[in-house]
Amino acid sequence: MRLAIFETRLNLSRFDWHDKCNCKNKNRILQMKHFGLILTLLAFSFSSVAQQDVVTVIEGKQINVNDKYTAKAEYEAFITPYKQKIDKDLNQVLAFNPETLDKTKGEFQSNVGDFLARIVLEYSNPVFNKRENKNIDICILNHGGIRAMIPQGDVSARAAFEMMPFENYAVVLELKGEQIVDFVNYFIKEKKPHPIQGLTFTITADKKAKDIKVKGEPIDLTKTYYVVTNDYLANGGDNMGFFTKSTQTYNLEYLLRNILIDYMKDVDTLKLVNEVKVTQEK
Amino acid sequence: MKRRDFIKRTAAGTTLLGLGGLSLSSFDSVDVKKITILHTNDTHSQIDPFPSNHPKNPNMGGVARRAAVIEQIRKTEENVLLFDAGDIFQGTPYFNYYGGELEFKLMSMMKYDLATMGNHDFDNGIDGFFAQLPFAKFDFVSANYDFKNTILNTHVKPYKIFKKAGLKIGVFGLGIELKGLVDKKLYKETVYNNPIEVAQDIEKQLKEVEKCDLVICLSHLGFNYKNEPEKPSDIVLARKSKYIDLIIGGHTHTFLDKPVVEKNIDGNEVIVNQVGAYGVNLGRIDFFFDNKMNLSSTGKKIVI
Repeated sequence: MRLAIFETRLNLSRFDWHDKCNCKNKNRILQMKHFGLILTLLAFSFSSVAQQDVVTVIEGKQINVNDKYTAKAEYEAFITPYKQKIDKDLNQVLAFNPETLDKTKGEFQSNVGDFLARIVLEYSNPVFNKRENKNIDICILNHGGIRAMIPQGDVSARAAFEMMPFENYAVVLELKGEQIVDFVNYFIKEKKPHPIQGLTFTITADKKAKDIKVKGEPIDLTKTYYVVTNDYLANGGDNMGFFTKSTQTYNLEYLLRNILIDYMKDVDTLKLVNEVKVTQEK
Repeated sequence: MKRRDFIKRTAAGTTLLGLGGLSLSSFDSVDVKKITILHTNDTHSQIDPFPSNHPKNPNMGGVARRAAVIEQIRKTEENVLLFDAGDIFQGTPYFNYYGGELEFKLMSMMKYDLATMGNHDFDNGIDGFFAQLPFAKFDFVSANYDFKNTILNTHVKPYKIFKKAGLKIGVFGLGIELKGLVDKKLYKETVYNNPIEVAQDIEKQLKEVEKCDLVICLSHLGFNYKNEPEKPSDIVLARKSKYIDLIIGGHTHTFLDKPVVEKNIDGNEVIVNQVGAYGVNLGRIDFFFDNKMNLSSTGKKIVI
C-alpha cells in the first residue's frame, strides 16, 4: 500500500519538472499537484519509518581529457625534473619507422608482432649459438606483452620502452614437438595474434590445426626444438603452461627491450617483412 | 524523456557555469544530497599527454590536465570522491626509472581518495609496490587478495568507508586472478580468493552491518570475457550482486560510450563503468539522494 503511494508521489514530482519546460495541460498538472499534496500528507501519516537517504537520480558521463583543458602549471613543474632525466636518455632518434606498428591490426598476425618475433629470434640466436653452440628454431611471444603502438616516423629508445616496458629477458627453452603443437592449439583457442617466427600452420574451417611446420619442415612430435620467448612466458605466464614442460632453460640475460633498442641502433629504417604464418581455411 | 533532458541541462549548468547552488533542491523542496564519484583506471604511468602524432589518442590524457579537470569539478561540487581501479604502474619510462614514485605523488596531489591493485601494480614485485606506498597519501583496498603472509599485511584493507554529507559510502576492492598472469616470484604469498564470493560477503557487511548508503566496488577483474562468460568480470559481478550500486572497472582497457546498466540478483540496477586506459578519460557518476521520505527504489532514475 505504502509503496504505491510513494510511486504516485514520485510521478508527480516528475510532472512538476515537466511543468517548468512545458506549459501545456497546465490545469491538469495543477490538479495533479493538489492531488499529490494530499497523497504526500497521507504518505507521511502512514510512514512511521525513520527518514532514510535513498538514491533517486544517477547521472553518469565520461570526460575526455584533452587540450581543451589547460594543464596545471604546478603539476608540470613537479614533473619536469623527473622528465628531464628520461628525455636526456631516451629522446635521441635511432631509426625511421615506415608504418604505424599496431598490434590490433590483423586477426592472427599483426605487423608489430611479426616484426618483434623476427628481430627477437635474429638477435637472440648469435648469443645462444655462442654460448651453447646450438641454434634457435622458433620465437614465440605474447600479444599482451606488446604495450603500445609505434607511430610512423622517427623512433627513439622511448618507443621501445613504451612498447616493451617490462623487464623481461629472452629465454631459450628446449621443447618437444608435442609442446609446439600444444602452443598451436592454445593459439587457435585464444584467437589472439601472438607473435611467432619460424613456425607456420593452418587453421581448418572447424578450428583444428594442420600443416604445422618449423622452418618450413613438418613438425616432428618427438624432436627437440629450441624456442626463444621471454621469462614471463617461460614461467607459465598468460597460461602458456606447455612452456613449463621444457627440459632445459637458458636465460640469455638480454632484455627484450634492449633487443629492440639495439636493432633500432643498427638500422636506418625498421624493416617490416610480410610473411603468411597463419593460414585460415574458410 | 523531457525530464531527462532537463536534468541533463541542469547538470551541465552546474558544472560549466559553476552555479553550484543550482542543484535539484533549488526547484524542488525535497532536500537533495549529491555525491560525485570521479574515477580512472589503467593509467599505466601515462603522466605526459599522448603526442599529437599518436594514432589513437592524439593530444589526449596527461596528469597536469587531468588535475585541471578534477579541480574544476571540485570548485562546483562539495562531495567529491576520486578513485582508481588499478594498474597505476607500468607503461612509460617513468615507471622503469622511478618505480611508481611519481605516479603516487601526483595522485596524492590530485587528492585521490582510494585505489585498488591491478596485476601490473605487482610488476616490481610486492616489495616494489610496498616501497612506493609512503608516496601515496591515499589508501588501497582489496577484499579478495589475502596479503596475510606478505609484506603488505595490514597495509591493504578490504574496504574503506567515507562519510560525505551525512551519508556513508562503502568502497571495496577486487583483483584479478594472479596465477598465470603475474609471475609468482612477484606476487609471492598473496592468496587470490574468488572475487564474486568475497564481494557477496563484503556488500552484505557494508549494507547490513555498516549501514552504508552507497556501496561501490573498485574492480580490476575486467569488463567481461566473451570467450569465457563465466570468468569473474564486472558484468558477472553486477548480475550476482545484491547491494552494489556502482562498479568501477579496469584491466580490459574497455572504452565505453557510456556507463552500462546491469540488473543485479534482485532485478535492481547496478552501474558498471570503465574509462578505457592511460588517463585519456575521467569517469564521473553523480548520485542524488533524497531524504524527504522513504521512496521505493523503483523510483530511481538513471541519466546516462
